[in-house]
Amino acid sequence: MGGTSSKLPKDLLSEYQELTFLTKQEILMAHKIFSELQDRENGLYSSRVSMEKILTLPELKSNPFRKRICHVFSTSDMKDGSLSFEDFLDLLSAFSDSATLEIKSHYAFRIFDFDDDGTLDARDLEKLVNSLTGETDDTRLTGEEMRQLISNILEESDIDKDGTVNLSEFQHVISRSPDFVSSFKIVL
Amino acid sequence: MDAPDAVFFPDRRAPASHLLLEQLPSYQSLLYRRKSSSSGSARRQGSGRGRQPSINSGKWAEQKPVHGGEELKPVRELPKSMQEKRWEKQQRLQQGGTLTGWGLWRLNVHRSLKRLKEDGMDALSSLQLWRAEIHLIEGMFGTGILSYFSFLRFLVLLNFIMFLLMFVFVMLPVIITSHSEHNVTYSSSNVSVCSEYLGSSRQGLVMFHEHITDLLSGTGFLEHTYLFYGYYKLEFIHSHFTYNLPLAYLLATVSYLLLSLVWIVKRSAAGFKRKLIQDEDRFQSFCNKVFAGWDFCITNENAARLKRSSLLYELKMDLEEERIKHKMANRTRSERCRIYALRAALNLFVMAVLVACFYCIYVATVFSQRKQAEDQKSNFLLELVVEYLPSIVITLANFITPLIFNLIIAFEDYSPAFEIRFTLMRCVFMRLASIGVMLFSLWDQITSCGSSGCPCGYNHELYPCWETHVGQEMYKLVIFDFLIIAAVTIFVEFPRKIIVNNCDCGLAKWWGQQEFAIPQNVLEIVYGQTICWIGTFYCPLLPAINTVKYVLVFYLKKVSLVTNCRPSTRPFRASSSNFFFLVVLLIGLALASVPVIVSIAEIRSSRACGPFVSYSTSWKVVPRVISQLPIGLNSFLLALASEAFAVSFFVITCLGMFYVIALAGAHKRVIEQLRDQLVMEGRDKRFLIQKLCQAQQAVNAHSPERRPPRGFRGNRYDAGLYLVEPSVELETQA
Repeated sequence: MGGTSSKLPKDLLSEYQELTFLTKQEILMAHKIFSELQDRENGLYSSRVSMEKILTLPELKSNPFRKRICHVFSTSDMKDGSLSFEDFLDLLSAFSDSATLEIKSHYAFRIFDFDDDGTLDARDLEKLVNSLTGETDDTRLTGEEMRQLISNILEESDIDKDGTVNLSEFQHVISRSPDFVSSFKIVL
Repeated sequence: MDAPDAVFFPDRRAPASHLLLEQLPSYQSLLYRRKSSSSGSARRQGSGRGRQPSINSGKWAEQKPVHGGEELKPVRELPKSMQEKRWEKQQRLQQGGTLTGWGLWRLNVHRSLKRLKEDGMDALSSLQLWRAEIHLIEGMFGTGILSYFSFLRFLVLLNFIMFLLMFVFVMLPVIITSHSEHNVTYSSSNVSVCSEYLGSSRQGLVMFHEHITDLLSGTGFLEHTYLFYGYYKLEFIHSHFTYNLPLAYLLATVSYLLLSLVWIVKRSAAGFKRKLIQDEDRFQSFCNKVFAGWDFCITNENAARLKRSSLLYELKMDLEEERIKHKMANRTRSERCRIYALRAALNLFVMAVLVACFYCIYVATVFSQRKQAEDQKSNFLLELVVEYLPSIVITLANFITPLIFNLIIAFEDYSPAFEIRFTLMRCVFMRLASIGVMLFSLWDQITSCGSSGCPCGYNHELYPCWETHVGQEMYKLVIFDFLIIAAVTIFVEFPRKIIVNNCDCGLAKWWGQQEFAIPQNVLEIVYGQTICWIGTFYCPLLPAINTVKYVLVFYLKKVSLVTNCRPSTRPFRASSSNFFFLVVLLIGLALASVPVIVSIAEIRSSRACGPFVSYSTSWKVVPRVISQLPIGLNSFLLALASEAFAVSFFVITCLGMFYVIALAGAHKRVIEQLRDQLVMEGRDKRFLIQKLCQAQQAVNAHSPERRPPRGFRGNRYDAGLYLVEPSVELETQA
C-alpha cells in the first residue's frame, strides 16, 4: 500500500537541499503534504499525483494560474499536469523566498506563455489579463481597454519591436519591477 | 506555431521562413521546450543569456559544460527539472573528479560551511517576531496590508534597540551606583535661586484619583523616577575609571538618532534604487501591474476574489488616467489659466486651514500650561482634560483636516494617482507639524518670564526643571495616542461591524464595512514614533513605553483587521508602500531631530535637575571633555570641527556627486543607443529573412524536382545551405 508515513532518507534530503532553494524544514513539510495527497489516491501507490489532487492544496486553490503552474512543472510524459514529488519540490523551490530573480522570472514566463511557443504575444497577454481580472463578462476589461492595455505593455517591454515579448525582454522588465519578488512567492 | 510567422507574413505565405527562424542561434537559446529525455539537458546552458553558447556548447555539449564567457552557476539556479539538475550535477562532479585531494577537501569544506550558514539563517528566521501572524495576514489580505504589519514590527525592534541603548549607557550606571558603594560626584551649580526644585510630589493623604492623574500625566509619584530627565543628577561616577554621565547621556541621544537614520536608510535603499530605475514618467508601469500583479501567497478564496476586483479597478484607473493625461495635454490656454488660478486659491485655503489649526494648538497649549501652573484643585476629570488639552486639540485637528483635504482635492483637477499622493503629503505635513507647533508653544511658555526677564534663561518659578516638564508633555502625548487608537478600535470599529452585519437600515448601507485604510494607519504610527524620538531625550524610558504600545497596537489592529475589515478597494502596492512608509518615517525623523538639536545646542539647560546642571547648554559637555583630552587628539578634533575642514569636505562631496550624475547621464545615453540598435538589428534580421525566403522560392521555382523543405529535421540541410554551420550541427545533436 501507499507509504503513509514513509520518511525521507537522509542522503536524499541533503541532495534536495543542494538542488533546490528549500530548507530542510520546508522539504520535510512538503514531503508530509505530498504523502497526504498521495494517500487519497484510490488504490496503488503511484509516484505521481494527478492535477486535480494538487489543485486541492489551499495555496493553489484560489490561484488563477494553478493549471498553468501544474503544466509547467510537470515532467510527466502524458502532459496531464501530474506532479511527482520532485516536481513538487521544484515548484516550491521556484516559489520560495530564496530563489533567484532569474529562476522566478524564467518560470513566470513559462506560466504566462499560455500557448507554449516561447514568446508572449497579444493572445497570451490577453489571456493573462483575463485570468488576473476574472473569468466572467462583467469582470473583464472592454475590448477597447484591452487593446490599450496590451499596446501599453508591448510599448514598455518589447525592445526589438517585433510585437511579442520574448524571455530576455520579459526578464529585463521583471528586473525593474519592484513587486515581483514579493508577490511571486508560495510558502507552505 | 505561427507566432513569428504572423509578424512578417500576415497571410502566411512562406512557411520556409519559420524553419529558418527556428534555426537562428538566438531563437535556439530562447527555446525551452522539453524534447524527449534522450537529448538530456545539454542543449541550453543559462536561458537567454549568452548568445555564443549555441556555438560553443553545440559541439561539445555531451562532453563538457559551458566554457568561455559564462561562469558555472550553482546547480540549483538552473531552471530545469530535478532530474536534469541531478544529471548536471553529476556532469560537474565528473569534471571535478580531476581535482586533487587539496581541491576536493576545499570544495567539501566550502560546501559544509554553506550548509551550516543556511541552517543558521533558517534558525534565525524562525525566531523572527510574529512570523505566523504575519503569514496569516498575508494569506488573507495580500502583500499591501502585510507591508503595514512588517513596518510595525520594524518599529517595535527599533524602539527596543533605542531602549537598550539608553538603558545601558544612562540608566544602568545610575542603578548600579544607587545599589553599590561607588564614589559619585553630583552635579551642582552656583546660582542658588535657579536650583531650587521641590517637584510636585504630593504630601499627606493622597486620594486614589490623584494617583490616576499622576499615572496619566507623569506628575506626582512618577516625577522623581527614572522616567524623567530630572532624576539623573549624577555627574561623575568614580570606579576603576571615571564615567562621565552627561557625556554618556548626550552621546546616547545622538547615537539613537543616527542609528534610526542609518537603519531606515538601509531599509529603504532597495526601494529607492528601484524607484530610481523606474525613471520613466509612469509612477507604476503597466508591466509591473500585469506581470507582478497577482499575489501568489493568497490562500483565501474571498481574498482572491477581492484581489481580482482590485486589480481590475487598478487597471481601469490607470487606463483612465492615461486618457485623462492625453486630455490634459490638449488643454487650451484659457482652461489652463483657469485651473492654475483655481489651484492657487485652493492652496491658499489649505494654508489658511493649517494656520488656523496651528493657532488652535498654540492657544490650547498656552491655556493648558497656565491652568496647570495655577494648580487649582478642581474636579478630577476637568483636571485631566486640562492636562490633555493639547493632545485632544491635535487629535481633533488631525481628524478634521484629512476630510477637508479630500474634499478640496476633487476641485483641483489632478490625475487620480497624483490626487492620492498629494492629499497624503498634506496629511503627513499636518500631523508632523502639529507636534512642532506644540513644542514651539511650550518653549514659548517656558522662556517667557514676565516683565523682569529671565535670570536663569528660563522661567524658573513655574518650571524649575523644564526638561522634566517637556518630558511629561511627551509622555502625555504618547499615552493619549495609544488611548485614542484603542478607543477607536473598540468603540467605533466593533460596533460598526455589528451594525452593518445585523441592521439593514440605510445608515448601515451608507457607512459600509470597515476598510483597512493603510495610509491613515501608517501616519498614526509614524506620529507616535516622532513623539518618541523627540521625547526620549527628556524621558529616557519612553522607547520602552513605545515598544509596549506598538506591541499592543499590533495585536489590536490584527484582531480588528481579521474580524472587522475587508480589504480596501483602492489597492496600495506593496513596493511603493514600503518606500512611502520609510520616506514618511524619515520626514518624521528629520522633524524630530530639529527640536532635539535646538534644545541641546541652544536652550539653557535647567540648573535644578538633570546631569547638565553645571553646563550652560547640554552641548557644552563635549568641548569641555575634548579640552581634557591629550593635546594631539584635542587639536585633531578641533581641526575636524573647523570651518576649513567643513568647507573642503562639502566641496569634495559636491564634486563626487556631480561626477556620479554625469556618469549616470552617460550610461543613460548608451542605453538609449543600444536600444535603438536592437530595434535596427531586429529589422535587419527580418529583412534578410525575407530576402532569403524570396531567394529560396526563386530557386525552388527553377528546380521543382527538389524536395521542398518540410518540418522534418533531417531535411534541414536544404534550408541549412544558407545558414551558419554550427547551428546545423546543433540540430544533429537532437
